[in-house]
Amino acid sequence: MHAFDYATPESVADAVVMLSDQGKNACVLAGGTDLIVQLRENRRRTDLVVDVKRIAELNALSYDAATGVTIGAAVPCYRIYGDAEIAAAYPGLMDAARLVGGTGIQGRASLGGNLCNASPAGDTIPPMIVLSGEAEIAGPNGTRKVAVEDFCTAPGRTVLEVGEFLVSLHFPAPVPNSGAFYRRFIPRNEMDIAVVGVGASVVLSEDRSSFVSARIAVGAVAPTPLFVREAGDALAGQPVSDESIQRAADLARDAARPISDMRGTAEYRKHLTSVLTRRVVEGAVQRAKE
Amino acid sequence: MSQNGHKVIGTRPIRHDGVDKVTGRAIYGADIQLTGLLHGAIKRSPHPHARIKNIDTSRAEAHPGVRAVVTAHDLPQIADKLADLGEAIVNLRDASNNVLAYGKVLYKGHAVSGVAAINLHVAQEAVELIDVEYEVLPHVTGVLEAMEDGAPILHEDMKTTSMGEETDKVSNVANHFQHKMGEPDDGFAEADVVIEREFTTQTVHQGYIETHNATAHWNEEGQLTIWTSTQGAFSVRDQMSEILQMPVSKVKIVPLEIGGGFGGKISVYLDPVAALLSKRTGHPVKMTMTRDEVFEGTGPTPGSYLKVKMGATSDGRLTAATAYMAYEAGAYPGSPVGAGAGCIFTPYDIPNVQIDGYDVCVNKPKTNAYRAPGATNAAYATETVVDEISEKLGVDPLEFRVKNGAKEGTRRADGPVHPRIGCIETTEAALNSEHYRSSLAKSGNGKVRGRGVASGYWFNFNGGRSAISVSINPDGTINMLEGSTDIGGTRASIAMQLAETIGLEATDIKPYVVDTDSIGYTDVTGGSRTTFGTGYAAHATGQALIREMKERASKLWDVPADAIDFEDGVFSYRDDAEKRGSFKELASQAGDAGGPVVAQVSTNPDGSGGGAFATHVVDVEIDRETGKVDILRYTAVQDAGTAIHPSYVEGQMQGGVVQGIGWGLNEEYIYNDEGSMTNASFLDYRMPTTLDLPMIETIIVEVPNESHPYGVRGVGEVPIVPPPAALANAIYDATGVRLRDLPMSPPRVQKALAENGG
Ligand SMILES: Cc1cc2nc3c(=O)[nH]c(=O)nc-3n(C[C@H](O)[C@H](O)[C@H](O)COP(=O)(O)OP(=O)(O)OC[C@H]3O[C@@H](n4cnc5c(N)ncnc54)[C@H](O)[C@@H]3O)c2cc1C
Repeated sequence: MHAFDYATPESVADAVVMLSDQGKNACVLAGGTDLIVQLRENRRRTDLVVDVKRIAELNALSYDAATGVTIGAAVPCYRIYGDAEIAAAYPGLMDAARLVGGTGIQGRASLGGNLCNASPAGDTIPPMIVLSGEAEIAGPNGTRKVAVEDFCTAPGRTVLEVGEFLVSLHFPAPVPNSGAFYRRFIPRNEMDIAVVGVGASVVLSEDRSSFVSARIAVGAVAPTPLFVREAGDALAGQPVSDESIQRAADLARDAARPISDMRGTAEYRKHLTSVLTRRVVEGAVQRAKE
Repeated sequence: MSQNGHKVIGTRPIRHDGVDKVTGRAIYGADIQLTGLLHGAIKRSPHPHARIKNIDTSRAEAHPGVRAVVTAHDLPQIADKLADLGEAIVNLRDASNNVLAYGKVLYKGHAVSGVAAINLHVAQEAVELIDVEYEVLPHVTGVLEAMEDGAPILHEDMKTTSMGEETDKVSNVANHFQHKMGEPDDGFAEADVVIEREFTTQTVHQGYIETHNATAHWNEEGQLTIWTSTQGAFSVRDQMSEILQMPVSKVKIVPLEIGGGFGGKISVYLDPVAALLSKRTGHPVKMTMTRDEVFEGTGPTPGSYLKVKMGATSDGRLTAATAYMAYEAGAYPGSPVGAGAGCIFTPYDIPNVQIDGYDVCVNKPKTNAYRAPGATNAAYATETVVDEISEKLGVDPLEFRVKNGAKEGTRRADGPVHPRIGCIETTEAALNSEHYRSSLAKSGNGKVRGRGVASGYWFNFNGGRSAISVSINPDGTINMLEGSTDIGGTRASIAMQLAETIGLEATDIKPYVVDTDSIGYTDVTGGSRTTFGTGYAAHATGQALIREMKERASKLWDVPADAIDFEDGVFSYRDDAEKRGSFKELASQAGDAGGPVVAQVSTNPDGSGGGAFATHVVDVEIDRETGKVDILRYTAVQDAGTAIHPSYVEGQMQGGVVQGIGWGLNEEYIYNDEGSMTNASFLDYRMPTTLDLPMIETIIVEVPNESHPYGVRGVGEVPIVPPPAALANAIYDATGVRLRDLPMSPPRVQKALAENGG
């Protein structure tokens, strides 16, 4: 590990200045569960670490049944699922927040960090995509908003420009007869990285016999978490049936462009994408009916 | 009072080192801090096979925080010489070249240079400033590829030894040996069922939590002290003496607590480099490996290819068996194929056997011992073939094993004849277990379930050298110094044997593992020898103390020593009931009658370590769509001879099972085309976690070992042997598909099921 400076700005504006001044060699620290490991293992080098945990906006956590939830970019997972109202409103997001690492990691790990780390296998990203999450970004030119599905651009790369950082994430309030679900496949039962992860959200008709709309996103099968719009669209207007769900699963599988690595072959990952999509849509339907 | 009339043996006292360990007070290698301490780091090869053309250390040496840089040129060049390090015979020239590469690097991660600096960060930075020029050579990492003509050759001067004779052939095959008994061809001709199958297993690591470490101080008088984590302090002393070409009297090894070894902490890696750096700088130098260094730079256990053929008559008798076993040695000769060959058919009484073993060099780290080295690979093959034969014959697989089980007098294919063993007793205990008799409920969630069994054998090394030194305190407690490092509860199991012998409680004995200057030579804690061998010495120490106390009592009571009896912990004079006293009572006065009471004993028993047999039963549930195998229930049955401390016997059984499950289901070194391990971390080298396992149930069988005063057999190694085969048999039972390649990881299982309609 190489020597670096460490700063703790207390406002968004100060953080923007520090990040802009330092340019490319600065990095933002939230929970540090990715960053500290990367620095220690020399996978990343930095001259300045900007710890954003003292900025109020980054710690915000507020829910309104009409407008939805805003989650500060540095809020750790345990605070999110620890809020009973939020946990009840977004069970699909909780599926992921509860499985990042383990209890110790969840005391620090944030959704913002998971998104900005931009791993194709980041567990919270597919559910954030299917819940129509929106990222608020601050930078030298003020703030801007980007849909979560457009945030990651390549492994470890995001839309963030020099001087910019993520302030918060916003998710609209759940509508009636909707449900979301996330599940990943790992060879063990914990402490592993997703071989494939699938998130789905569905809105059912009032009699719950057909899909009004659906969103499906897949992790670890492409350079970024993948929003498979066509798979969700294929469900819209269809009856809730094994056939319709299998068609969505096939479309998700066809969209997957996985590589072969030590976590699984491309062929295996495509197969799993189909299996998990089917199971996850079924899980989301189940929740919509509850 | 426990069974067999023992007072201490068979009970479960709290271990002497327990509180320090659970409260974090125990001192491990990484805890060592010395005045003026420097920190070291190792430069490692990025290539699996290359000639070192030049090493330029000038940029590193110019760094202001760097104090010294060393390479293989700083090590004395030593001639070929074989040394027995406890679990394996090693060529010391190879051992030296493995510590710091000379001429060639033979695997990715091979150490080429060491640096000492004012702190770890500078040392790591300096490693990047060492410029090594390589001529990259073609590499080979698979055992069968390495045996082919035209394969890249690791050692241009290595000629294959075949059946004991050196041939003219230069190849990666270091050695081919054969064991033959009876006439296999005739045996197969008699058989009604003959099954022949091929198997592969992958390189796996012991995965001890504590990484290797060494702190060396070479003082002005040329006296070298090393604080380290090792299974054998004296083995480290021997290796240092040979690799550095210095007298053993100049080397003192201080063994610290050990956070797991499993066979992998016998060979030295960092110790000689830290010593050279300390010699150069005059300061103590500490080195600690990172996890990826442990995976890539220490000794895992080998990948292998096996072909096994077995035949049985229709009435269920095994008539013949043959095995072709090719094991990867890693960079230097010395795979555990020999041990594997000694175990492969040993649970069975088979009249006609032929075993061919091949020790093959590949561009991977030099393999090392790992819990019953070589036996797990072997059992994976044999035990699944036995399962197939039982199925063909329509007999229960455990009844088949009982019928063909080895017993006292059965000859192993590699020569020795079994003394009294508990092979059949163990199998019968599994057969009669509640687990095996229970029926396996169907899965309710679209998954499939199955049950599998397998057996295994491990020799248990014969005794070995052990020393114990005791001093009696006036309150009757005993300070017991021993040379056996404690990797599995042996402070307790050895102290208990001394306590039993002289009629004390386990807590009256205070065991200490001491350095090599403070106790007689003691062989490594390995080969499941310690509770047997050092326990044997503890019993002898107890006998010596009884003799000494009789002498003291004779002086105190003024009666002849040979008229004093010792029974139930009490010394008494035969002719006067008044003249009696317990060990403790006598201890308070004994010092007045001839000075402090002390005893020193060393032993090297010639009887057998016992031979350990295990039979396991496992229930699995399989998600056919993902290929994931979950373990529902697991029972391990094992002959422990006599369980000194049953909890630690159970702990060894459970630990071995868990490692065997990891080996069976997920663990493997995954290599890319560049010969580089792609999963050198615990994230992607998947050992099971607690969430992946049920409580492992244990059944201890006790068939006493006649070569030990308390009947002890080693217990630590055999439990790793059956699990991969038991799992394969359970997967077959669930799906109708046989898996013959390890690990049986989800992608492999899913693919096999999809291809075979399972
Ligand atoms: C033992 C262990 C287990 C893990 N298990 C999982 C798992 O199961 N699933 C999973 O998905 N991940 C896992 N991770 C990875 C990690 O915990 C998650 O990605 C976590 O969500 C990261 O959040 P953080 O707050 O710790 O991020 P940090 O480490 O602080 O940051 C991560 C990255 O995002 C950048 N960053 C952080 N905040 C901002 C911001 N506001 N604006 C701009 N850039 C920012 C950082 O510079 C860094 O590049 C695990 C990690 C460990 C150590």
